[in-house]
Amino acid sequence: MQIVVDLNRCQGYAQCAFLAPEVFELHGEEALMFTPTVPDGQHERVRRAAACPVQAILVGERAGPGER
Amino acid sequence: MNGEPRSGRIVIVGASLAGLRAAETLRDEGFTGSLTLVGEEPQPPYDRPPLSKQVLLGRTRAGDVGLPLRREVDARWKLGVRAEGVDPVGRQVILADGERLPFDRLLIATGTRARPWPNPSEARLDGVLTLRTSEDAAALSARLDAGPRRVLVIGAGFTGSEIASACRERGLEVTVAERGPAPLVGALGGTLGAFAAGLQRAHGVDLRCGVTVTSLKGDHGRLTGATFSDGSRIEADVAVVALGAVRNTEWLAGSDLAAGPRGVACDAGCRAFNMYGIVTDDVFVAGDVARFPHPLFEYQMLALEHWGNAVAQAEVAAHNMVAMAPDRRPHLAVPAFWSSQFGVNIKSVGVPTFSDRVVIAQGSLREGRLVAVYGYRGRITAAVSVNRAKWLEHYQHLIETAAPFPPGRGAADRSEPAEPVPSDVPDPQLLSHGPTVALTGHLPDRRLTLVRHDPPPAVAHRP
Repeated sequence: MQIVVDLNRCQGYAQCAFLAPEVFELHGEEALMFTPTVPDGQHERVRRAAACPVQAILVGERAGPGER
Repeated sequence: MNGEPRSGRIVIVGASLAGLRAAETLRDEGFTGSLTLVGEEPQPPYDRPPLSKQVLLGRTRAGDVGLPLRREVDARWKLGVRAEGVDPVGRQVILADGERLPFDRLLIATGTRARPWPNPSEARLDGVLTLRTSEDAAALSARLDAGPRRVLVIGAGFTGSEIASACRERGLEVTVAERGPAPLVGALGGTLGAFAAGLQRAHGVDLRCGVTVTSLKGDHGRLTGATFSDGSRIEADVAVVALGAVRNTEWLAGSDLAAGPRGVACDAGCRAFNMYGIVTDDVFVAGDVARFPHPLFEYQMLALEHWGNAVAQAEVAAHNMVAMAPDRRPHLAVPAFWSSQFGVNIKSVGVPTFSDRVVIAQGSLREGRLVAVYGYRGRITAAVSVNRAKWLEHYQHLIETAAPFPPGRGAADRSEPAEPVPSDVPDPQLLSHGPTVALTGHLPDRRLTLVRHDPPPAVAHRP
């Protein structure tokens, strides 16, 4: 599972950081850092975190030739 | 365009963020023909912003920054091979491995590359690096892991500043050399440039502005230090050349397109212009390599090195590639970008360099939480927040509606009204790095300074 956060949209609500702190972390007051390749065991938490108030989190399979 | 736009052969050159999002949009909009994605790098598309942040901090491996897929794209991927030319008559893309890819429509999304250190023998010294690709990020983070005694960052644009920030966070000594008067000044002007300088020095960066690096010194092929235009010198094991980006357009020589160092010119619908300024109907362009007229900024040609622009422009280009003429859309997105460095989150909407005045509308430089609002000839053209991101939606609306500058009072957190000062956007030729927005017509600020003789801005924040 791969994620990307549209940090133009992100407003630092930090809901994701509460739901999946191993994957999303606030760096300072409002800069979000995330782990693009989601570790096994965190998938369900990340799916819940993707219910982001500004819909900034995109979850999917990793893009590339081996996508199928 | 011949025949049914949802079939035929589409080739996308550039397999990064813009290329990927375009491929997905083409399929989303019902394109059923053959789709080929060409990428120079061997890796599938990945996200670049984490390279100068999470990766340098050691939180994410450079190989783990791949992009998620929004939907299946059912494409042929040609990765690890350069496109070397376009045959405009035979309508074929020519690849470095000799293959020729015929197309009915072509999307150019070849982006930019790091500007190299101009002296080739110095650039080859072990320890001299750039940061643009995931391979670059892997190499630089390995150097930082090894604990260099000092890192030299050449150029204090966003990338250079983020690298310096990561070094300080890891406890490494870092010197930043910037030819302009302050960090970030080329993108954000004088007021926030002075703020950024204070921020860097408060975090222990040896920041040197108004100087250039005159030579990189080596011993047995390894970097040992650098000399500066003011005569000083430092010792350093690692030097990161952060002098901005070069647009990947050389491969289009001979294609008859309006392609050059400033990018590939296109109309608001992402259709490339040919060398005579005539719009093509089968060649489209998106992302960092494109320059397009933006109505909010007086139709000046903008080339944007912004993540959000790559996505939005790719979606418009892809839509227009498969739409009948009356259904085509313009690319009108308000430019926006972000940076995190030295513990603060900087976000921007609009084009700060398209300005003559700036005012701190919320917060203050002193508290390090603020919104700076930029105006040009009495209307709002940009806003930049420092740890105040929630305000930007409000200002985006004011930019889109050409609201008057300075903005009306609406901030409950100020006791005294702020005075607009000149935005102090330097001539880009004076910078060692490039601004992230290239206004490829004129700089309105420069034109105004010629006739107005404003005093220099009152700098409110000094370390």
